[in-house]
Order: sequence, then C-alpha cells, then structure tokens
Amino acid sequence: MTDLALPRTARLSAALPQYGVYAAVLVLLAFNAVFTDNFLTGANLRTQLIQVAPVLIVALGMAMVIGTEGVDLSVGSVMALSAAALPLYLGYGMWPAIAMALLTGVVVGAVNGLLVAVVGLQPIVATLALLVGGRGLALVLAEGRLKQIENADLLALGSDDLLGIPVVVVIAGLLSLAVGLLVSRTTYGRQLVAVGGNRAAATLAGLPVRRVLLGTYVLCAVLAALAGVLATARLTASDPSAIGNLMELSAITAVVVGGTPLNGGRIRVLGTVAGALLMQLLRATLISHNLSDSTAQMVQAVIILGAVYLARERRR
Amino acid sequence: MLDVRGVSKRFPGVLALQDVSLTVAPGEVHALVGENGAGKSTLIKVLTGVYTPDEGQVLLDGAPVSFGSPREAQNAGISTIYQEVNLVPLMSVARNLFLGREPMLPGGLIDFGRMHREAAQTLARFGITVDVRRPLRSLGLGAQQMVALARAVAVDAKLLIMDEPTSSLEPREVQTLEAVVRDLSAQGIAIIYVSHRLDELYRLCDRVTVLRDGRGVHSGKLADLDRLHLVSHMLGRDPAAVSREGLTGFEGHHDTDAEPLVSVRGLTRRHVLHDVSFDVRPGEVTGLGGLLGSGRSETAKAVVGALPLDSGTVTIGGRRLRRLNPAAAIRAGMVLLPEDRKAEGIVPELSVRENIVLAALPRISRFGLVSRKRQDRIVETFMQRLRIKAASPEQPVGELSGGNQQKVLLARWLCLHPRLLLLDEPTRGIDVGAKAEVQALVDELARDGLAVVLISSDLEEFVEGADRVVVLRAGAVTGELTGDEVTEAGIMAALAGEQA
Repeated sequence: MTDLALPRTARLSAALPQYGVYAAVLVLLAFNAVFTDNFLTGANLRTQLIQVAPVLIVALGMAMVIGTEGVDLSVGSVMALSAAALPLYLGYGMWPAIAMALLTGVVVGAVNGLLVAVVGLQPIVATLALLVGGRGLALVLAEGRLKQIENADLLALGSDDLLGIPVVVVIAGLLSLAVGLLVSRTTYGRQLVAVGGNRAAATLAGLPVRRVLLGTYVLCAVLAALAGVLATARLTASDPSAIGNLMELSAITAVVVGGTPLNGGRIRVLGTVAGALLMQLLRATLISHNLSDSTAQMVQAVIILGAVYLARERRR
Repeated sequence: MLDVRGVSKRFPGVLALQDVSLTVAPGEVHALVGENGAGKSTLIKVLTGVYTPDEGQVLLDGAPVSFGSPREAQNAGISTIYQEVNLVPLMSVARNLFLGREPMLPGGLIDFGRMHREAAQTLARFGITVDVRRPLRSLGLGAQQMVALARAVAVDAKLLIMDEPTSSLEPREVQTLEAVVRDLSAQGIAIIYVSHRLDELYRLCDRVTVLRDGRGVHSGKLADLDRLHLVSHMLGRDPAAVSREGLTGFEGHHDTDAEPLVSVRGLTRRHVLHDVSFDVRPGEVTGLGGLLGSGRSETAKAVVGALPLDSGTVTIGGRRLRRLNPAAAIRAGMVLLPEDRKAEGIVPELSVRENIVLAALPRISRFGLVSRKRQDRIVETFMQRLRIKAASPEQPVGELSGGNQQKVLLARWLCLHPRLLLLDEPTRGIDVGAKAEVQALVDELARDGLAVVLISSDLEEFVEGADRVVVLRAGAVTGELTGDEVTEAGIMAALAGEQA
C-alpha cells in the first residue's frame, strides 16, 4: 500500500511525470553549460525568458481550462484580437487601451464559457469557432494592416527592466504566483479542480459548476489578451495576422509536458512554468547547434508524446 | 436450442458468474431476472461474444460455440436489443434497418428504391407506418425501439436477447412490443427477456431463470412460481422463515409522531416518475422500497434537484423550494449520498480533506480564500467521529477502501449539518465492519432528530433500518408500510405487487 512497498521501477514511473519536467530542464541547462558557447550568459538567459513570457502567460490560463477537462483553442486568436484593439484606443493613453484589449479577452472568454457551460458544446468545438472567427474579426478591426506602436508607455512595457529583470518576465512570474495561489488556496480554485475531476460529483455537491466553467474560460482568455498586449509591446507593432499563430499548441504543450493531465482534476502550475521553459530551452538548444527549425519541431513532438505516455502510466 | 452449461466468468477480485446453466427452446420466451450485480449483464455479454467464459460451454443447436466477437455471435444467429437504442440517429429509418446489408444495384450503389419499399413492408409488420426516409431520431423512442427490434429479427435471428426493452416505452408501445414478441415466438425464435417489470414477465414468459450473486438460483416454469416466491429468489430471502436476528447495526425503531419535515408532492418525469408523493419526518428513517427500475434512486435524485422534473414540488420546514437544483437543495439542508459512489460521489484525485470539505467550501471561506484552519478542524472532527482510516488527510480518496470512501462522503454531508439525509445504497460494496458502522451512524443521526431517507437492496438492512416504507413500482407510489407492517415478508409482498 505504501510507496516503500512498490518496486523501484514503479516508484520511478510514478515520480517521472511529477518531477521529470524539472529534471529535464536541469539536464538541458547542464548540457548547454558544457556544450553550448555563450548559453549560460545573462544576455542569453534574458532573451530566453523574454521569449517564453507570453507563452507562459497563455499556458497558465490553458492549464486551468485543461484542469476542467476542457481545452481552449482560441487563445492565439484572442492575442490577435487584443493586439488589434490596442492601437485603436492608444489615443486615450496606455491604460485605457490595455483595458480595451483585455476586454476583448473577457468577451471571447464569456462566449467560450457560455458555449461550453450553458449550451453544452464540446470545448474543442466551441473554442475552435472562436479560433477561426476571432482572428477574422481581428483582421477586420485592424483593417488587415500592421500598425506601428508609437506610444512610449507601451513600448517601455515591452523593453524596460524592473530591478534588472525585464518587465515582461516580472509580469509572467507574478502571474504564475497568482495563478498558483488561485488554484491552491481559493474556493474557486478548489471548485475548479473538483469540477474537472468529477463533474457529476461536483454538481451533486452543489458546486456552481456553470459559473466555475464560465469564469475559467474568461480568465484564460484574459490572460491570452494580456499576452497579446505584451507581445505587441515587445514587437513594437500590432500585427494581428501573425501574432499568436499556433499559440494554442505551444500553450497546450507546456501544460501537458508540465504534468497536468488532459482529463482534468489536477492542475500543475509550477509544472506548467517548467514545461514552457523546457520547450523554450529545447528549441534554443537545437537552434544554437544549427539544427533547423523543422528538426526542432520533430524533437518537440517526441517530447510531447513522451510526456503524454508517462502521464498515461501514472493513471493506471 | 440454446444450452448454456456451467458457465463461470471471473474478473479480478470477483466471480461474476459461477456455474450458471440455462436452456432455451425454440419459440420459448425465457425470463432472466435478478437484482443489480446478480450477473445478468455478464451472462448476456457471454452469449453475445463480448466476454469469453472461463469455464463451461455454450451450445447453439447442439453444437458448442465460442464467439470471439459480437459480430461472430450475430452471424451465428444471436441478436440483442439493448435498453438504449443502438442505432445511428441521424441516418434514415430505412438505412438503419438495412445497415451493413443494403440491397445493391450493379456497380456498388445502394438500391434505395428497393430498400425503402422493403423497409416500409417490414416495419408495417411491427405496427409502424412512418416515412422510412426520415432520420431515425425524428421517431419516438418506442418507434425507435421497434426499428431496433425489426433490425434484430431481420438478420435471421434464431435467438433474440432483449435487455429491458420496455424501460423507456409508453404503455401503448409496450403493448405493441409484447404483441411482436408473441409473434416472434410463434415463428419459432427463442427469446431471452430481461425485465424488472413483473407484470410483463408474467404476461410474456414461459420459463424463468433467476440469478443471484452470479449463480443460477432457480430455473423453471414461470407459471409455477408466484410473484412472492420469485421476488424471494431474487433477494435471497425465504418468505416463510423470516427470522429477526438483528444482524445489522440498527437498534430498533424510532418515534414517528412528529410533524413531517419534508413533503414531496407529485414528482413527475415522463417515463420515469409518475406523481410520486410522500412525507419525511424528523427523527425517522423513511425507506424508499422497490425493485431495480422502480424509480427509487430517481426519486431520491429528484428531491435534491439532480433529476430534471416535468412537475412536482418539495417543501422543507414549511418552505417550498422554488427552484430545484442541487445547490438550492443543499442550502435548504437536503443532501443525497448517491448510489454510484465512484461516478457521482468522490473526486478520486483530490485528498480526503478536500473531498470532505468540498460542499462546505463557501461556508469556510472568506473573500474567496479557503481557511485552512477551519478545514483542518472539520476534517479532524469527522475523521475521528466516523473513524475514517486513511494514511493522512492528504491521501487521495481514490486510494481508500470503499467503506472509507463512503464515510468520507458522509462526512462531506454531515459537516453541513443537514436536515434531510437521503442515502442511496449506503452500504453497497463496503466491508462488513464499515457496514455496521455506517448503519449505527445512521441510527444515531435519526435518533438525534435528522430526517433520513434510506434506499437499500439489502433487505435485512432495509427492514431493520426503515421505520416506514414507501413502496414504489414502475415510478409510482403503490403503498406505504408503517410500524409492524415493516417486515421482510410485508416488504416482499409489496414489492411483488401482492396483498400481504
């Protein structure tokens, strides 16, 4: 019954999906420290963290949605919508513009949530509709054009430091902490996990299942909208046709590699952070060793399969 | 025609079928009955090739057969109709009827003209006249069931297995179905008929096999067995020698003169519940009695708002609940320990602690933040009081034994201080020790003034636990037993539909 009674291999296979992702990050860092020139330098690590920040922010929301046994495919389109909305309101200053950009997230999230929780559509179908429609709407808002960002405040958000750390990274870090606390310490967070773990039991226990689902989709979309704002600030231009492309897949990868099971009931926030870092470091490593992007993609695929396989073992 | 000889089937930890034998002659309608877990579905799955028996033989027309898949069984002439219609709802009626054996034109195209003509003819024999080009789902459930039946028979079936075919049908549709069954048996098709509706069985079936706990406990002519004896075989109790030995954790009955706390009136849901009304008094255990499929679990679910209703009201403490949903019911103090602990009760990955406080979260939170201290206090209190055995409160509840899982669920409700506790099979699948503990706890709670509703297939538990029994049959209340009438014999008579 206890862990000690398990054979060594069983203990290993129980520990791997839980801690494997952290080990993999460390292994990769160690590998690069030895074999890659100029990898463990401040400048490079800084670049890596800046690049991973938007993915991580989106993945945090994705982890919560996946925790409800759902998935949100519309996050990339939400980034595009938020990026398209941003320049339209920059005339009123940075904060109103950001507020409007985040509002697009609230709206899309509410639509997703209503389709899933009230209408009862499959999450993959409901959010697929917004994946397609959202980007279309973003292009209409932006009149199909890329717009340079001239607002100094917003540009500073993308390039400034806070205590020597890029603002974007600080925001991603704080959000990770916030989502971690939200999931583990609040009523909403615990209800969220229960809804994902056993929807029928949660309903019978009188949990506000619909409200929890709705809230989760809204949160996920707002985080995606924020990622859209930060990516735009970083890019110094609003480009709704390119921003957030395939972001849903990167986010799902980070979540799954981080050990959050796709069938809900468990959310690993720290694992998601490590998952996003792992995928980022992996790509950087492969590219710095002159492997092509297409090779990098194939390696990523192997990592994803491995992560899902390990998670499957654990469920037995 | 069909000869099942000494079939056994083992699953990890359970012997689902033990030396079961069954013979069915051509043209015979054979009733297969038994309570939940008696082994009926396992036997059917053996006959239809879903499972391979571990021991024993199945002979069809005198030759031993062994089916590797449902398809092989079908090719051998065994057709099955399940409770739910297993067809393609979006395809037309005719296509469903001919699925996989469509009449063909040269060149591999379906001969739709001929298919529609033949489909209409076939269905007319079953009393159905519809446009066969309509999608199947546009038909009523009864008509869909008929299409399934027509399809099953059309594939040259020798043996037809019908697993609760009438559970979702209207009375008129049941009549048509019964006529079809008689017609088929007249054509020499052997039929195994599974149903919990005794009226139907007695109208249709020639012989009966009763399963209990995976064994065949009785086989013979149905006409020779009266209802009381049939039910006593199913439940495993001898109606003549009902001895009261006090084997349960219940200690005698409680006072029953208090004013009703909860009044349930006119619960109705098409095909499921028909005008169910009863009262529950505080300090008393009210039993909801009935065979499987009588609507007892559905009634319990309806009271706490977990089953949508067409009409009906629930009043607690004089206040009528305006909206019936689980959250509102819990706020009003009504909680249900569901029958299916795994599917509807526990959240297996969450810890014992989190499962206990799940429903209480809003009450122990401030500004949306859960107080760990209050959680720990509740968890400690109830783990002690209910003697929940877990490595620690942080152990995932899925790793606990059934009895301890059940106690966790009880703790989840008791920490809310409910006024009405509905228990659906509270001791099913838990070990003897935990069973007595749960029974004693229920007894104590009733003594302390809680209103309790008990559903149990364990007749002993039911008789000793319930102070009053509301008898349900086919989704309707057919009687009420109080005081001295609550005996095994009395309950069995009421379940069987005979006067005690």
